[in-house]
Amino acid sequence: MTTEIEQALERVGPVDAGAAQERFLRRAIEEGLVDVAYAPVDSPVGELVAAVTPRGLVRLAYEDGRGDAVLSELAARVSPRVIEAPARLDGVRRQLDEYFEGRRTTFELGIDWTLARGFTRRVLQSTASVPFGELATYREVASGAGNEAAVRAAGNALGANPMPIVVPCHRVVRTGGGLGGYTGGVERKEYLLSLEGALPG
Amino acid sequence: MSLPPFQTVLEEYREDVLRFLIANVGRNEADDVFQETFLAARRAYPRLRSADNLRGWLLKIAHNKAIDAHRARKRAPVPAEHVDPGATDARPDPPDDALWNAVRTLPERQRTAVILRFTFDLAYRDMGQVMESSEEAARRNVFEGLRKLREVYA
Repeated sequence: MTTEIEQALERVGPVDAGAAQERFLRRAIEEGLVDVAYAPVDSPVGELVAAVTPRGLVRLAYEDGRGDAVLSELAARVSPRVIEAPARLDGVRRQLDEYFEGRRTTFELGIDWTLARGFTRRVLQSTASVPFGELATYREVASGAGNEAAVRAAGNALGANPMPIVVPCHRVVRTGGGLGGYTGGVERKEYLLSLEGALPG
Repeated sequence: MSLPPFQTVLEEYREDVLRFLIANVGRNEADDVFQETFLAARRAYPRLRSADNLRGWLLKIAHNKAIDAHRARKRAPVPAEHVDPGATDARPDPPDDALWNAVRTLPERQRTAVILRFTFDLAYRDMGQVMESSEEAARRNVFEGLRKLREVYA
């Protein structure tokens, strides 16, 4: 008898947790309970992962199989309350689409600089003011960040850009005219610069 | 120590939590209590000291929210004419209706103990963690719960 009861207790029937999760996410988002909302975004340079906080865009990453690492970093450095919420990324997605279709030259997005600190942040903020279709040198953005001699450090800062494309580190090139490196690989840098009609040479 | 993104926790344990709640409060209420459980979990999550036993932590919250649901229902029984007959048709109850109904009439600690032991196959020591009781108390609750189920289900 006991065994029969014990066996019956193993059978709960169908469990549709996916639907329950969707309802939870909707409610969490409605109630503003999300610290970091993320979603995948398609683009001509590959899948991106975009994340926003209430302050604005906090991360835009080339997915390249690193999506989990991107989320772990957000959990560790911004807030562990990281939730997938595509609707919260609608504005970001729309502006990126417009940019890639050639209909947008500046992004109008709030930026949350949490992931960039100190000199890195200053370099990126200096980079953010390089206009669409124009180029700057590493020395120029280092100078804009208050230390013209720190060219190599400026390169490292751009390599650590948490928001490529939106903070246009692809517009920063070598003084001699060489493209320099790029966080997502130099082919993407070429693609973005040719999209902007700014490919040197 | 860093915690995984909440989304990962949600996806990894949503099924365990929902299964626990279907067993504990029944299919009609499980969804609402699931929402309450994860909203509370989300609130408390950044203060969690260790990611070692996230499943136990979530089941503990689910256990407490299930208790709230049972108490709320006792305070405000739903009049029969307000019960949506479609709800049960759309989501059939598990095959052993009588047994599960009996489980839901058990005292709250016995109810959770029986579910954790047999539906989840948890060791008594791990059950104690979820229910914040000793291993011995967990063992007693399972024993008492089973004894009552045998009476009802015989």
